[in-house]
Amino acid sequence: MADIVIRAVRKTFDRGRVTAVDSVDLTVADGELFVLLGPSGCGKTTLLRMIAGLEAADRGTIMIGDREVTTLPPRKRDLAMVFQNYAVFPHLTVEQNIAFGLRMKGDAGATEIKEKVRQAAELVDLGGLLGRRPAQLSGGQQQRVAVARALAVSPAVLLMDEPLSNLDALLRLKFRSDLKRIVHELGTTVIYVTHDQVEALSLADRMAVMREGRIVQAGPPLEVYDHPASTFVGGFLGSPPMNFLPVAIDGAVSPGPRSPDAACPDDGPRAMVGPRGDSFPAPEAMRGWCGRELLAGIRGENMDVLSERAPGAVAGKVLVVEPLGAQTLVTVASEDTEVKVLTAPGYTAPPGRDVWLRPAPDKVRWYDPDSGAELTSP
Amino acid sequence: MRRAVLRYTGAALLAAWVLFPMYLLTIGAFSVQSAIYHYPRDILPSLSWGTMRFFLDSQGVPTALGRSVIVAAITAAASAALGIPAGYALARYRFRGRDAYRVTIVSTRAFPVVVLSIPLAVFALQWGSYDTVWAVAFMHTALTLPFVVLISSSVLTAVPADLEEAAQVFGCSRPAAFARVTLPLAIPGLAAAGGFALLMSYNEVFAASVLTLERPTLPAFVLNALTSSPEPYKYAAAWLLMVPTFVFIFFIRRYILGVGRAR
Repeated sequence: MADIVIRAVRKTFDRGRVTAVDSVDLTVADGELFVLLGPSGCGKTTLLRMIAGLEAADRGTIMIGDREVTTLPPRKRDLAMVFQNYAVFPHLTVEQNIAFGLRMKGDAGATEIKEKVRQAAELVDLGGLLGRRPAQLSGGQQQRVAVARALAVSPAVLLMDEPLSNLDALLRLKFRSDLKRIVHELGTTVIYVTHDQVEALSLADRMAVMREGRIVQAGPPLEVYDHPASTFVGGFLGSPPMNFLPVAIDGAVSPGPRSPDAACPDDGPRAMVGPRGDSFPAPEAMRGWCGRELLAGIRGENMDVLSERAPGAVAGKVLVVEPLGAQTLVTVASEDTEVKVLTAPGYTAPPGRDVWLRPAPDKVRWYDPDSGAELTSP
Repeated sequence: MRRAVLRYTGAALLAAWVLFPMYLLTIGAFSVQSAIYHYPRDILPSLSWGTMRFFLDSQGVPTALGRSVIVAAITAAASAALGIPAGYALARYRFRGRDAYRVTIVSTRAFPVVVLSIPLAVFALQWGSYDTVWAVAFMHTALTLPFVVLISSSVLTAVPADLEEAAQVFGCSRPAAFARVTLPLAIPGLAAAGGFALLMSYNEVFAASVLTLERPTLPAFVLNALTSSPEPYKYAAAWLLMVPTFVFIFFIRRYILGVGRAR
């Protein structure tokens, strides 16, 4: 059990031409399940491998517990790792695989090792397969061996590199909840790397979103989901991704051309969409952006689909309706923007029908159209 | 369907082209000596150890054979000791000049050894190693090393690097990770590389002839004796030099075919 403190860690490849990780600072608390999320090539795996000691950091420090481990070889870092392709030793039985770390440590007797292996195997439901070879196991079972091997050494830190990406969807769902339960029971500090935002949301105590070698946002998953710090995070996290509607903050409630220096009215600023003057209320804090063009970030589940014009609703045309079972995904063209809305199951509408989208005013987030950064106050 | 027929017919012809002389060689080596002079040759003659025994009992053959085995063993051991680490580096590390290094290794085989015969003999004389098994083994190691490097590189590439990384995470140093995980998985292929070196040395005649005089290896000895020896002797010698190699290559063929596969 230990916390992890990473300071200004940097890693380049190809003699400095490619920056994989660019001065990352990160603190993971003891016992936390921390997820690193990002698209492929964002540096998340490189960061994980530096924590593991499989890659040397060019700069910066990595602390595990009270020890600086930046230059220590992997075996001296008191951690375990689950690899994307499982990396189960094919020439050893399941039992020998799980016992590998304990044997190498060398401070446990044969009976103690046997007992720990049994416990770890039980934890991941592998009890009956201890005598098998990896070649006789399915992918899901091999992944369980990899997890049991990591848990058997009771590591201070458990690193997981996209451990579910090679499993089929059903297994992934089962394994995800099992994994969350097991690591919380054990209280191990976990860093979990994935490109799958559903995995990140469902597993993480806290998470960080990475892009181009940097952490662009870190926090509890629902906070990140609710308040994406940038259009990148909003677009990457969530299915469907967050919608970004170009709006102008304005005082003019009536249709017609807007003047850039129009003052926001006393009854509050509004977000205007398109030339027809559809608008919805904006919070008082946006008053400072009166007359400016912004992006309104709205999650698909935070909009109502109305069949008639209503105050605070924006006109659009249905492009396609996709029933998803528990919800219906409606794609609506509003001005030049395609908006994805999640609505009740059973919703139907022919393509081309006029609809009005009404965002829940307190769920709208505001972004700078140039930098993509979230705006809160001027 | 037609393509398959064509392909198998072609393969059968090619195999017959190589195997029929081998067959004649085998019946020549394992029938009574007089049968060799009989024409037309019996396709299924009565077998006999006579010819082979006559060859093996000939003056100088047992010692030359023993020398060949010693030279081959030294060659295999030395080229494995030098070639496997080089193969490992090619398999695991990306370093500057890696591709150039690989090409250089292959291109040494394009160099005609014949032009080296006089310098080779001179060096061996200067070092006082002329006409010893060491000189021949040294030269054979130089000849087999490229193959051992390339075969072991392809064999080691086939062992996933993350297995070695997992071993390191779970308590192994780098050498221990190699010894406990990579080596057990690669050992059949590495043994094939060593065996290949063993047989190349066992069959090599040119360097062996240049570097020995009184104490030749078997191929050099046979080459010397060729003009003055009877037919059965030649059959037996050729069989003993060729067939073990063919059989061995058959069993390790998949490792050699893997060499050309790019990473």
